[in-house]
Amino acid sequence: MNNLKSLKLPLPPEIQLSVAEMFEAYAEACDSGHLQKWHEFFTDDAIYRVTSRENYQAGLAHGDIYCEGLAMIRDRADALLDSTVYEPRALRHLISHPRIELLSEKRLAARTSFLVIEAMSDDEPQIYMSGTYVDELAVQDAQLKFSKRVCVYDNYRIRTSLVYPV
Amino acid sequence: MEQLVDVSRLRNARSWPAEGFTRVPAWIYTDEENYQRELDILFAGNSWSYVGLACELPETGSFKRAWIGERQVIVIRDEEGINVVENRCAHRSSAICWKNQGKMADLTCPYHQWNYSLKGDLLGVPLRRGVHGEGGMPTDFKLTEHGLNKLRVAVRGGTIWATFSDGAPSFEDYCGEELIARFDRIFTKAPLRIVGYSKQIIPSNWKLYLENSRDPYHATLLHTFFITFGLYRADNEHLTAPVQGGRHSSNYAISAGKKVTSETSQMTRFNHGLTLRDMEIVGHRDEFGDRQNTALQIFPSAFIQQHANVLAVRNIIPRGVGRLELSWTYFGYVDDDEELRRLRLKQSNLVGPGGLVSLEDSELLKPLQSNVSGYADSVAFLEMGGTDVKTQYSMATEVGLRAFYDFYRKEMEL
Repeated sequence: MNNLKSLKLPLPPEIQLSVAEMFEAYAEACDSGHLQKWHEFFTDDAIYRVTSRENYQAGLAHGDIYCEGLAMIRDRADALLDSTVYEPRALRHLISHPRIELLSEKRLAARTSFLVIEAMSDDEPQIYMSGTYVDELAVQDAQLKFSKRVCVYDNYRIRTSLVYPV
Repeated sequence: MEQLVDVSRLRNARSWPAEGFTRVPAWIYTDEENYQRELDILFAGNSWSYVGLACELPETGSFKRAWIGERQVIVIRDEEGINVVENRCAHRSSAICWKNQGKMADLTCPYHQWNYSLKGDLLGVPLRRGVHGEGGMPTDFKLTEHGLNKLRVAVRGGTIWATFSDGAPSFEDYCGEELIARFDRIFTKAPLRIVGYSKQIIPSNWKLYLENSRDPYHATLLHTFFITFGLYRADNEHLTAPVQGGRHSSNYAISAGKKVTSETSQMTRFNHGLTLRDMEIVGHRDEFGDRQNTALQIFPSAFIQQHANVLAVRNIIPRGVGRLELSWTYFGYVDDDEELRRLRLKQSNLVGPGGLVSLEDSELLKPLQSNVSGYADSVAFLEMGGTDVKTQYSMATEVGLRAFYDFYRKEMEL
């Protein structure tokens, strides 16, 4: 996350790199289980949503995870860390290079493919989910953050449960 | 040396413990033959299964796929109403419809293009008269004898139900007055709208899930969110009612709010420190005017839940003896205001595959299935709240499970 004042076309390579770097940092925060840091990637009014391609294409607002605002995003992380009961697992996010579009001087849109591999504590890693991040990014406090991250997955079904954020 | 086999013990491996419905033998969660009988008797027998909501089929030709047990059906609207036919061509059993939802003018099998009306009547067969005087169907071939398998359909309050049975009572009689009154509270309030779908595959026998949702005892202990915020707690005013001899169930609770009582000291998961930054997720706008959270189970496939402002139908679809698909349809009403639309979306974070409450159930069922597999002699003990099957005003009870197994044993002749 670079220090930024504004965004202009053509998008300089360092901006492209900083977006890609931010996505990798996000993936690492999810994969390492350090959910205390997860909310730092979002703006105060961010929407975070994990939903099926079926819902997304039909224009349905529902999400398997649906957070409106930073408060809900932090509540979800805290619940997973402090109270919710689930089997131990490790996740690995593999993400493609983001395709970026400039929306305004302070806003970007990006689409990125993701693959999430899940290793349960007593089993080999298996593909858990594939899909597309449909993102909007904004500059807040001189940093790029997600104002919207919609994780649109290809799966017909979710295997067992959706515990950690995608 | 020759090993003697105790034959009586082998036979007992498939019998019910002498104590009756206060015990459940583990073999019923893993036995293939028993599972096939369940599909035939319980799912394809004299039961009504949930197949969708009428608002999913807005126009003539609108369709969706659904499953009753492992049988696939097409739910489709024509000019006169909603039809349900088996997704299985009368010719060679090929699946006719491969899409989950959409719109079509007629039903045509992709294999040999046998063509059916939206009611499932056979309209035409390609090359019926043969080619150049050769081949073709026999002259006595009658289109009327080769239609799709048509199911009986019931529509009530915007929900669609189907049965393979000609002998099953009407949907209303199948549910009974008590359950229909609870059902109408939710479904006749206003026309429905779809909020969205979630689907998950859980590696457990379908009955373990069915039990889970009839068991208020676990909800008062396992689910921290419910407990801490008084959404569903042992000291709530609560009704646990088996319906129609344990076939269905109807539970409701009146939420108490976050408070400390003499009972909370026994709830080890009561978390004084759990506070939320956004309280709307555990709020409850009392849209029904009775402060209730309700759960209805319409056997075998539907579990209807109103939890605060989240409304959902959970469709139980067995996918083999050790796997079940849980298909969630979230709905609201067409006249929902902006606040209700927001509350339904936010509160759905408690339920579904990613639900902070429900994910604890799916997580628990996977290792539970592993632990009932390979322990054919193992027996579960269900005497919380006594040994009978009468309605109880308590959450500290397993009466819902006892009543279900009373019903199950009779249906399955076990």
